[in-house]
Amino acid sequence: MEIKTGVYICHCGINIANTVDVEHLVEAAKGWDTVAVAREYKFLCSDPGQEIIKKDIKELGLNRVVVASCSPRMHERTFRNACQQAGLNPYLFEMANIREHCSWVHSDKELATKKAEALLRAAVRRVFYHEPLETKESPVSPNTLIVGGGIAGIQAALEIADSEHKVYLVERDPSIGGHMTQLDKTFPTLDCSQCILTPKMALVGSHPYIELMTYSEVEEVSGFVGSFKVKIRKKARYVDEDKCTGCGLCQEKCPWKVDSEYNAGLGKRKAIYTPFPQAVPNIPVIDKEHCAYFLKGTCRACEKFCDIKAINFEQVDQIVEVGVGSIILTTGYDVFNPSAIAQYGYGKYDNVITGLEFERMSSATGPTGGEIRLKDGRQPKSVAIIHCVGSRDKNYHEYCSRVCCMYGLKFSHLIKEKIPDADVYQMYIDMRCFGEGYEEFYKRLCEEGVNFIRGKVARVTDRAISDEEKGKLIVQCEDTLLASLMRVPVDMVILCVALEARADAERVARMFNISRRADGFFLERHVKLDPVATPTDGVFIAGCCQAPKDIPDTVAQASAAAARALAVISKGKVILEASVATVNEALCQGCGRCEELCEFHAPKVSRKNGQLPVSTINEALCKGCGACAVFCPTGAISVKHFTRDQILAEVEALIEV
Amino acid sequence: MAEAEFEPQIVAFTCNWCSYAAADLAGTSRVSYPPNVRLIRVMCSGMVDPIFVLKSFEKGFDGVLIAGCHIGDCHYISGNIKAEERIGKLKSLIHTLGLGDERLRLEWISTAEGGKFAETIKELVGQLKQLGPSPLRKEVRA
Repeated sequence: MEIKTGVYICHCGINIANTVDVEHLVEAAKGWDTVAVAREYKFLCSDPGQEIIKKDIKELGLNRVVVASCSPRMHERTFRNACQQAGLNPYLFEMANIREHCSWVHSDKELATKKAEALLRAAVRRVFYHEPLETKESPVSPNTLIVGGGIAGIQAALEIADSEHKVYLVERDPSIGGHMTQLDKTFPTLDCSQCILTPKMALVGSHPYIELMTYSEVEEVSGFVGSFKVKIRKKARYVDEDKCTGCGLCQEKCPWKVDSEYNAGLGKRKAIYTPFPQAVPNIPVIDKEHCAYFLKGTCRACEKFCDIKAINFEQVDQIVEVGVGSIILTTGYDVFNPSAIAQYGYGKYDNVITGLEFERMSSATGPTGGEIRLKDGRQPKSVAIIHCVGSRDKNYHEYCSRVCCMYGLKFSHLIKEKIPDADVYQMYIDMRCFGEGYEEFYKRLCEEGVNFIRGKVARVTDRAISDEEKGKLIVQCEDTLLASLMRVPVDMVILCVALEARADAERVARMFNISRRADGFFLERHVKLDPVATPTDGVFIAGCCQAPKDIPDTVAQASAAAARALAVISKGKVILEASVATVNEALCQGCGRCEELCEFHAPKVSRKNGQLPVSTINEALCKGCGACAVFCPTGAISVKHFTRDQILAEVEALIEV
Repeated sequence: MAEAEFEPQIVAFTCNWCSYAAADLAGTSRVSYPPNVRLIRVMCSGMVDPIFVLKSFEKGFDGVLIAGCHIGDCHYISGNIKAEERIGKLKSLIHTLGLGDERLRLEWISTAEGGKFAETIKELVGQLKQLGPSPLRKEVRA
């Protein structure tokens, strides 16, 4: 059959046409073998642009189409659809990327045009070898896995479960709730954080469509969108979940005290504990690393006092395997450890504390019952709140953590509410109060008598140089509005620390096969237009694991991720990659090298009807990575749409121009 | 041709998931680099057949870049590890052929590293300018 290729070159407004001589490309293409027509158009992705292609396919009987425009990652699907609508198999289409890879990165028009011509020629030569391919479908599991039980995970779980689809919610701590349970009030409304969160936690705990797996971690993920297989380790609680009533007597009787993670180290918990009173589930765990029985072999006080015999020291970790259609990661954030910034004196001076520590101190459920106290028990009469600690700082994190301005303002209000005569100072770089009601909250604080000092703090010291400074912490900073250096003596310093990517984010990203940004947070598929999807189909992200954000943004993103997971479920099928490996049985000797190599167990060597052994590819499992094709000693395997002929045609064309 | 005027020709096999996207990001962020490089999109660095590399040199390219996801980030779990092993062997072959194994380069560039992509190209162009044209290219021309 005669190959008739249509070549279309896009101006992309001025994006391409300013740097690449589009007319030249059209003229060049007209002279190439197999090219039946070559045209240029201002915006080929527009409806009229696509119409031109469709019309040519029908009227000129084109059987190959090449578009030179932007990245195929942008519009390959658009043009494939256009081909399909005109009756041409979408795989008989090829795209040359002359925008991202050419006009946007080169400025010399002559050289850019030459490169564009080479790229276009490569596409025309490649498409010659294309074959029509058919896509296949695979069924979708209606279950969803959500990893991380903070507010993002809770929100996503409830959205999906309310549509009567099963959710496995995995949380590594003993209770769901995440960082939000640790907060006192939430800005700018000053709602009590726990009061608005615990009803949702209770719903999760009792929801018939949510299987809550706390004190559990995902160990292994395999499969693909629609049919992931996930192994989850349920760590031994040493407490029988079915028997325990959550009476709390074991915790009361346990003689061993440990720093409480929930109270950011300010208070104590027992070796058998629930992190906080409203924990969901309300079932304690034994912290093996601090339990006297596990360390020394004696004690067992909890066991003695438990009337219903729920304590079980013999319990072991369990591995549970579940099948899900999509996965939502809501693994949250860590807070920056400010001891890295030695000049701020965290860890050196008792009354330099982090924002999270202040939250616990100010909370009614915290170790001080909500009273703001210095280490020695006195009430502070002056407090400095230092912004951007670890954020917007090239030495630590360049990004803005987005919540610190607002929580810093909130602290001012909480301090003023509890200690009306206290002097409160905000040392800030810029006030970033961007959300709904945030600017208004800032204005309100300005009227509450808080002192605002615009400038970055140089250091915190206890070296007094006047009587007034004796026994105080002195904050040295510059007021850039007054252009003067200042020494502000205070009783307490609160550091508004950055939010940072989880310490184990790299391992998690690897396990779920997603990418991270240079700052460590998980990378969304598109920064603006696809903020919850990831490069791996069926894996979505929400909340602070993607980037620092406040509660409203987290909740909105979690709902969006839930909607995406529900879309996968409601469609009920996924389209499988058409570009898969295929075996030329005449060449295959059945050596089994492909079987050994494949990570996805797609090739199988077998004897068909007693013949010689040959390899067959299970197309539902094949990802089209091509590892087998490269290693095949007889060259029997090739990957559809990435054949040797196709790639070598590109190589040859690229050097010719 | 005077040494200073030599412009090396480079072909880059870039994986769909990381390095091709990194080159896209360089474009979107308008990070410029020399136009000496031409990209071929493959699904995985592990898909790059030695024949692609050898053919590229045979046809007269002065340098070949293979770029994939960072180790551990492969979309196909271990394609890049397989690529690393294979390119290692291929390098010694290239060396034996007298081409100079610096002409073949393997680089890990993630989706987010548009800047690194541009830097890699700049560096490679500089290096190839020092090395001069590929001996095969001279033969092709002669």
